[in-house]
Amino acid sequence: MTGVWPLVRLALRRDRIMIPVWIAAFVLMTVTSVAGTVSLYPDAASRIAASASINNVPSMVALYGRIYDPASLGALSMIKMDGLGTAFVAVLCLLLAVRHTRAEEETGRLELIGATVVGRYAALTASLIVAVGTSLVLGVVTALTLVACGLPAAGSFAFGAAWMGAGIAFAGIGVLAAQLTRGARAANAIGTTALGAVYLIRAVGDSRGPEWLSWLSPIGLSQQIRPFAGDRWWVFLILAGAAAVLSAGAYALHGRRDLGTGLLPDRAGTAHAGLLLHGPLGLAWRLQRGSMLGWGAAFLVLGAVCGSIAQNIGNLASTPQTKALFEALGGQQGLTNAFIAAELSIGGLIAAAYGVQAAMRLHSEETALHMESVLATGVGRVRWALSHLIVVGLGCTALLTAMGLGATFTDGRDLIGAALAQLPAALVLVGITVAAFGFLPRFTALGWAALVAFLFIGELGPLLRLSQWVMDLSPFAHLPKLPGGVVSATPLVWLSVVAIGFAAAGLVAFRRRDMA
Amino acid sequence: MTDAISASGLVKSFGRTRALDGLDLMVSTGEVHGFLGPNGSGKTTTLRILLGLLRSDAGTVRLLGGDPWRDATSLHRRLAYVPGEVALWPNLTGGEVIDLLARLRGGLNTKRRDDLLARFDLDPTKKARAYSKGNRQKVALIAALAADVELLLLDEPTSGLDPLMEAEFRACVEQERGRGRTVLLSSHILSEVEALCDRVSIIRDGKVVDTGTLPQLRHLTRTSITAELAGPPNGLSTLPGVHDLDVQGDRVHLEVDSDKLDAVLASLTSTGVRSLTSQPPTLEELFLHHYAVRS
Repeated sequence: MTGVWPLVRLALRRDRIMIPVWIAAFVLMTVTSVAGTVSLYPDAASRIAASASINNVPSMVALYGRIYDPASLGALSMIKMDGLGTAFVAVLCLLLAVRHTRAEEETGRLELIGATVVGRYAALTASLIVAVGTSLVLGVVTALTLVACGLPAAGSFAFGAAWMGAGIAFAGIGVLAAQLTRGARAANAIGTTALGAVYLIRAVGDSRGPEWLSWLSPIGLSQQIRPFAGDRWWVFLILAGAAAVLSAGAYALHGRRDLGTGLLPDRAGTAHAGLLLHGPLGLAWRLQRGSMLGWGAAFLVLGAVCGSIAQNIGNLASTPQTKALFEALGGQQGLTNAFIAAELSIGGLIAAAYGVQAAMRLHSEETALHMESVLATGVGRVRWALSHLIVVGLGCTALLTAMGLGATFTDGRDLIGAALAQLPAALVLVGITVAAFGFLPRFTALGWAALVAFLFIGELGPLLRLSQWVMDLSPFAHLPKLPGGVVSATPLVWLSVVAIGFAAAGLVAFRRRDMA
Repeated sequence: MTDAISASGLVKSFGRTRALDGLDLMVSTGEVHGFLGPNGSGKTTTLRILLGLLRSDAGTVRLLGGDPWRDATSLHRRLAYVPGEVALWPNLTGGEVIDLLARLRGGLNTKRRDDLLARFDLDPTKKARAYSKGNRQKVALIAALAADVELLLLDEPTSGLDPLMEAEFRACVEQERGRGRTVLLSSHILSEVEALCDRVSIIRDGKVVDTGTLPQLRHLTRTSITAELAGPPNGLSTLPGVHDLDVQGDRVHLEVDSDKLDAVLASLTSTGVRSLTSQPPTLEELFLHHYAVRS
């Protein structure tokens, strides 16, 4: 364990901006959620009604989880933070865990460090300390914020523990994934796939049952702490145990492998390039196909699961109140449609996340000096960039088609068109990423910032009673609610024009600027 | 003879750092030109401007008769480049990278590729992430040398190569010269430049401080002379151009500016010379001469 503390300090030095910004964003989200809920639902009666409108709508339960005490201000305020917020906490800890282990190893920096006086497990330990420490600080700061907002202290700290529990569980998943692959990109992909899977398991467990499914998911367990609605502290111990087991697995694997290797040995490849590896488009396809196929499979499963949950939704409406609400929402068909539309819009957001990530490949190819080699052979800049963008555009289309196809299998209706209606909004995010790449290459991550901002506007906008024009900034606000809604071509065309406009401006700027 | 590369007054700043500060560089068609300078002197920046990857802030530059920024694509078909820092796609094999780069340029000479693979003793089936630094360098070299082009831009091409491979590289450059190709070889390995290059440009702090053939450059510097004389020397210390004079009895060691050699030799022979060794300045001394000024 020699050398752990210097490595922890190195990691904190490198992340001295990133971690505080993330924590500040989480605090901001919790404060706005509480403030919005207090002003919208001032008394217990209005809160019970609002809670019922979530607990009785399966798509809401699948998306966010249940409110276990309908009268509780805290439970209602934090419902979205319990669901999507917890997923973001998981992402943060996952990224931190991989960033200071596999990413360091892949770039060769760990070799430089490993040659100094540090133990074999020092980097792994330091990375866990940083990720767990960040979860702890985030949990405490969030709890104090909630107390400051006037919520009960016990519930506030239970909520902090819920976030911290999800965080440490995903720190464990992150360090374990980092042992399996040779590349940090692939380790992050394994981690996010795991996150998607456990979120889906929780969604099925909460909305359709059986209920014990949610107890298999770290996200579900985090919600089962039930902050402001019972404060079941002991559930945190399950999450801590899971984190310990996952980390122990990482230590065991780490001790059995060589520096720089993953679990699978490298096989020899072909001595000659295949027919497809021809020209910049062939190269872009080769570089992006792995992640695209992985995401595509995940989308197919996501669509199939959503379609199958939707089929059984009507059965949940058992009490007279829920039956009345059920009818008000349009009966079986209306509820099923609303559910599928909600899930498809989540698919649209994830497809946009894929698009941003895939378009950022432009930037990583440039900084890794791969672009230099390609451009020096007589490929024009725009042709090189467009090759990647064609693959990204096709990728977004393929993912949404896969989701629609999956839902079509289990629902029976043709839902591919409904899924593809999400495409223009996802492409706007790709366009924004390309514009950032062209004008401000060091800030290509602005694509992520835009996606988070649109998500924030969409989720918390109604709660904060933002003006309509602010809500309209988000491309996702202009999409039709399909199936069941009315389709108008105008917004879809406009969104496409905006996407192409951003991308074109970015490419023009890229053509005129220096290589970064 | 026309110039393959002609740059004059190139200026390039990155923020407050002035990477190039009025750089002039002329490379004639068909010559092997050494581009010599220490780390951080602006060699790579110059090459990236020649490739149109960076745009100069001031100055003019012509490459193979075109404008490297505006005509980048068409010019690149006529040149091949070995970057100073070879970055390969980790999940592609070396063979795939070589084929890909050739196809991107517009065609592959399979025979030449296989010949070079054998000469550099490279296994093309390994994934790039499994290659050592030297083997990554070989991939980039083979990709460049297999290309049928007029101009080779090589940025420290032998870094990481073992001495056997370095010798193979030199043989390849000699062959390229025989084919009439132009080579711009950026390096700080003096023996390599001395062995290969027709002309040399020395860059310091973003400026070319000296350029010419090696004999021309040597002319500007000192020759070192060690002599055993018939008697004690007289008057040597008063001669112009004599430096570091060291007299021990009849033995003399001195450095003399090359254009003041006549007077020194006359003075030595007037005393009577028993033995004499003289050494022309090595490139290393040239180099140190130019860089000593800075410190």
